[in-house]
Amino acid sequence: MKALRISTMITLALALVSGAALADGTSVSANEEVAPSDAEVARRAFLENDQCYQCHLEDENLPEHFFIDDIHMQANLSCAGCHGGDPASDDDEESMSEEAGFLGVPSRSEVPEFCGRCHSDIEFMRRYQPRIPTDQVNRYSTSLHGQLLSSGDDNVANCTSCHTAHGVLPASDARSSVHPLNVPSTCNSCHGDTDHMAGYDIPTDQYEQYAKSVHGVALLEKEDTGAPACNDCHGNHGALPPGISSVTQVCGHCHVNNLQFFEATPMARAFEDSELHGCEECHGNHGVARTSDEMVGTGDASVCMDCHDDGDDGSDAAGRIRAQLDSLTEVYGIALERQEEVNTKGMDDVDIGFILQEAHQSLIQARTLVHTFDPERVGPRTREGVEKSKSAIEIAESTIQEYSFRRRGFGMGTLFITILVIALFFRIRQMESS
Amino acid sequence: MDRRKFTNMVLAGGLLGWIGSVLYPIVCYLTPPKVAEANVGSVKAGTASDFRPNTAQIVKFGRKPVILIRTEGGDFRALNATCTHLDCIVQYRTDLKQIWCACHNGLYDTRGRNISGPPPRPLDEYVVKVVNDEILVSRPAV
Amino acid sequence: MSMSSHDSIGQRLFGWVDERFRIAPLIEFLRHKKVPMHRHTVWYYMGGVALFLFIVQVITGILLILYYKGDEATAFESVRFITTKVKFGWLIRSLHSWSANFMVFFVFVHMFSTFFARAFRKPRELTWMTGFLLLALAMGFGFTGYLLPWNELAYFATKVGTDITGAVPLIGNMAKLVLRGGEDVTGATLSRFYAIHIAILPALFSVLLGLHLIFVQRLGMHEPSFVEKLPPERKKMIPFFPNFLLRDMLLWLIVLNILLYLSVYFPWEIGEKADMFASAPEGIRPEWYFMFMFQTLKLIPAHVLLIEGEVLGIVGFGLVGVAWMFVPFWEKAIPSAKSRRTILVIGIISVTFIIGMTIWGYLV
Repeated sequence: MKALRISTMITLALALVSGAALADGTSVSANEEVAPSDAEVARRAFLENDQCYQCHLEDENLPEHFFIDDIHMQANLSCAGCHGGDPASDDDEESMSEEAGFLGVPSRSEVPEFCGRCHSDIEFMRRYQPRIPTDQVNRYSTSLHGQLLSSGDDNVANCTSCHTAHGVLPASDARSSVHPLNVPSTCNSCHGDTDHMAGYDIPTDQYEQYAKSVHGVALLEKEDTGAPACNDCHGNHGALPPGISSVTQVCGHCHVNNLQFFEATPMARAFEDSELHGCEECHGNHGVARTSDEMVGTGDASVCMDCHDDGDDGSDAAGRIRAQLDSLTEVYGIALERQEEVNTKGMDDVDIGFILQEAHQSLIQARTLVHTFDPERVGPRTREGVEKSKSAIEIAESTIQEYSFRRRGFGMGTLFITILVIALFFRIRQMESS
Repeated sequence: MDRRKFTNMVLAGGLLGWIGSVLYPIVCYLTPPKVAEANVGSVKAGTASDFRPNTAQIVKFGRKPVILIRTEGGDFRALNATCTHLDCIVQYRTDLKQIWCACHNGLYDTRGRNISGPPPRPLDEYVVKVVNDEILVSRPAV
Repeated sequence: MSMSSHDSIGQRLFGWVDERFRIAPLIEFLRHKKVPMHRHTVWYYMGGVALFLFIVQVITGILLILYYKGDEATAFESVRFITTKVKFGWLIRSLHSWSANFMVFFVFVHMFSTFFARAFRKPRELTWMTGFLLLALAMGFGFTGYLLPWNELAYFATKVGTDITGAVPLIGNMAKLVLRGGEDVTGATLSRFYAIHIAILPALFSVLLGLHLIFVQRLGMHEPSFVEKLPPERKKMIPFFPNFLLRDMLLWLIVLNILLYLSVYFPWEIGEKADMFASAPEGIRPEWYFMFMFQTLKLIPAHVLLIEGEVLGIVGFGLVGVAWMFVPFWEKAIPSAKSRRTILVIGIISVTFIIGMTIWGYLV
């Protein structure tokens, strides 16, 4: 009787879980049973004989965040896979006894070792995930989280803080807490909590800053997983704030040209000597905003003037670079307007478009070259862009000039029509007077 | 009677001029323009035998630039030449045997996959066919 | 044109054709056909101008087909191509658009002049009815042609327009499905509209236009009652051929010049390509000749005595249209003393309504 009831409940639970997974897909009717795969059938059979799961299910005593699709559950590494004990016995005294190898619940400080029993074991991991790295625990111990944990601070993140304990999913799974789109909010669940972070003396507004940044908008709003989440700059298992020596390398990992240009300048050395944080000094870190030409030059919004004084060599160079950029953006803007004018007149703007694309490229390159801090290197690019924009304007104007050709043609047609009209008029008069 | 003849002449002259000014635009209109079609579905990109391996060129595909590459192995590949990062035009680097964007040092492989630098997405692929030694680049079928 | 000064080749050619086609009696007929000259003669030209504009439409239309591609993916681009790459394509396209609008306008003027003159009365009932059908077809041309450039405004205007068709009782839903070629305005609609625009409507229009012209020629010009009453010797008449026809042509040339002027100085815009998933832009309007109906439908409250307002409006317009077409028959029932005045009043109300609603529609 009992077995029957339990199996009914399992079926129910499974149905609920699969139903929940399908709840978003409106096209699939809830009643429609998706035929379970062979692996799924095997898993259900396995779970039916897993007494840990059965009892905890029946007692409504499953752990927090328990998820039937947890990666370990999928591999039939059920409760006993981590916690030990005998899943074949339905007697709790017996199944959760030391003889049966029951380990119980690890304390927070024991968690890394607990997970590492398998995850640091290359031989073991190869049976499930031949390509997965096995150095997570090692790297964790080098991270700030790990260092603090070993120094006795239980409050810091361990494996389960990010991965959850009973709902672990691979990062490629969109439901996973470590999926790229979910990483910022996963980190933020601790780092944004002022109570939790009290005593660490670091800010808690990283997420708000990040969400508004050019990276955050790309990742969170445009869901562009190419954009960096927290771990792309800070690392994950070995998470550390990048130091002065590494911050430029971190940014330069994607922003290659900017890094190369910057590294080659005397400024790079000067930055390091005065303990300035490379890229971060001008662009900020979590809240890195979309750059604008305003950041260069001698104006109020210029980041150059944070260090340089009016009239020194640096401000001169900044002023010149800004003037070079402005000269290009101005002509380029006019060229764009001309193109639009040609376009609305219903005339051909394809060639203008191609030239302007090149001019735009010069502008982008000139903006990157700003990181050489050398007007002699920015200048040629902006001049090239100005030339291209001007030739685009020239073509646009000659295209618009075609209008006058049309008008001359219209004049010709009108001339003939007028002659014809007058002649016809007199012909009718003559015809009717005779 | 002279006046009548004169009006007839003017009438005939005006009529001829008018017919001319009607026919001229029509004949011009009927002459096929240089670009043969609206909304290009495919463009010709020169002869295959003149295209050396490990080189590339930019082909104008309607409003879009397309980069046509001949790999070392002799295969042709055509990819949208607009970088997915900030819309610069990419180029083929014969030394790297990869596609490179000069603006921010983005790299793509010859299949258009973004492999390094800031580009967030791969380049769209176009279809290349060689018919009678003539290279034809066309939009991929959706 | 210069009948009096045939050279011998011309005469021989004429003779050759005449022997085979019996063309002389036709010309003789046309020469004998007289057109009365009086202070309202100017209205006689309106039909002729509409005819000329139709010819312009046929010629420019055929030219456009050479480059136009009636497909969702290419329609807009091909129109762009015509106006940018094809030599004089901009001119042909602009002429087609301007001439289309002029044609509908002149057909309306022609119809109302006929109405006010009560020229639809016996024996011209069939002329009137074919004329009315030609007006409906001209509006059909406009409606289907508007979509063909596949730009944003046209797309949404068509959506609204076909939606209104859907509100017609009984057949509406079916008609909407058939027009759209599916549930929504898509590429299928474009293909259908293209087929209707260049095949179905031209065929129907040609037949009806032929009939209409034959009726006009057989029955002669209608004389207003003040001319009819005059004794024959005081009536001023000119032959239809060549005198009246030459005058017609004179006017056609002037109209053509105006069209050219508008096409050169005010080329028709292309707009933005239609995006089926974009939300409707502001200021979707039907073409101006549908505006009075569109505006009226907007003004009718959502429900009038349990009937949906839109349905009521459409049925109303339908009934008025049918009544309008059958004017020659029910007008007979009005006592002849009152008829003139009744028609005048109905006409003035109609014109005021149409003009008023159109202006209102554009002001809102």
